[in-house]
Amino acid sequence: MTEPSRRDALKCLGVGAGTLFTLSGGVFSAFDMAEARIEEVGMPLFLQISDTHIGFNKDANPDVIGTLNGTIDAINALPQQPAFALHTGDVTHLSKAGEFDTASQLLSRLKVSELHVVPGEHDVTDGPGAQFFARFGKPSGNRGYYSFDAKGVHFIALVNVMNFKPNGLGALGEEQLNWLKGDLSGRSASQPIVVFAHMPLWTIYEPWGWGTGEGEEIASLLRRFGSVTVLNGHIHQIVQKVEGNILFHTARSTAYPQPSAGSGPGPGPLLVPPAELPGMLGVTVAVADKKRRLALTDSTLA
Amino acid sequence: MKPRIFALTLLALSGTGLPPASAGEVAVTIKNFDYSPMELTIAAGTTVVWKNLDGEPHTIASLDGAFRSPALDQNDSFRFTFDHPGVFKYICSIHPKMKATIAVK
Repeated sequence: MTEPSRRDALKCLGVGAGTLFTLSGGVFSAFDMAEARIEEVGMPLFLQISDTHIGFNKDANPDVIGTLNGTIDAINALPQQPAFALHTGDVTHLSKAGEFDTASQLLSRLKVSELHVVPGEHDVTDGPGAQFFARFGKPSGNRGYYSFDAKGVHFIALVNVMNFKPNGLGALGEEQLNWLKGDLSGRSASQPIVVFAHMPLWTIYEPWGWGTGEGEEIASLLRRFGSVTVLNGHIHQIVQKVEGNILFHTARSTAYPQPSAGSGPGPGPLLVPPAELPGMLGVTVAVADKKRRLALTDSTLA
Repeated sequence: MKPRIFALTLLALSGTGLPPASAGEVAVTIKNFDYSPMELTIAAGTTVVWKNLDGEPHTIASLDGAFRSPALDQNDSFRFTFDHPGVFKYICSIHPKMKATIAVK
């Protein structure tokens, strides 16, 4: 088999039909990919996958291994591989050891050599998250939250699924919030910041717990920076908000879609006609363009 | 054994005026992101059996750490026997909006 052409690979990822968001002068603006030539977009910096839910086997997607494999194939077919990948949680469906083993095995097929993972609430149903931290706890010393720098961008991994607020919103807890303050203090406001966590770090829909209790406090720590990108999963659909210099963005799942906020009894799997499923699953790729702007492209498996 | 359970039940009855379920098994159903019943009064020694009917997994996690189920997939069950009196609030650790209370007399 010959190497897929660049155009085919991108078509495979659905980039052609996507929307590109770029940060220019601290303000994100969206423009249709049709107006942009791929050559202008440049190198992918990192990619985000989310909510792989290995172990799920209900009607909404009886083959979550297949759709994750399809996602990995599409990523591996990208003409240029990003330096690393983020997984924003719910790696597994039921926190079972076998599910984690399967997920790790599948994800190891990624050509991208570095994978950063934050837990979703489905990954820590055993309480302390023993299975999750045994596999993904190393970079953080088993705290789950940590930061690192890549290509001049400061990345911050947060955990908001182990310390819920009474109203069901996610929470960091005091210790982690203090760590975040320390991590950001003294940092140059011109350094681009990418924050990633499982549950949305801003309130999308409180009745379903789609938010983080300390969201306002977190945002206030980030407002002084010129370029902030906040990436989450959890809700299995794209929702985006721009507030000043902060772009909040949730990614699609690779497993199954969920209803839009408030549609139906709760945030469970959304059953769609099989032909529509690939168009509701996908991956987010962040690229740095020649003007060093960070742009997100959301691509589906359709 | 039987007369003793009966006596316990009577004792619990006399204390509250509310009829607690007798020792044995009591079912709690999980459906559409709710526990049913959400408030339950039982006698000490009663075993509560939760069954999840949703396609989405749920857990039973007491706020004081007294009991915690693994993630229950659709049609999975979890049992816990309440040996001591008290009021136990619990949530689903996956969907913490889901809350319920068990009073053990």
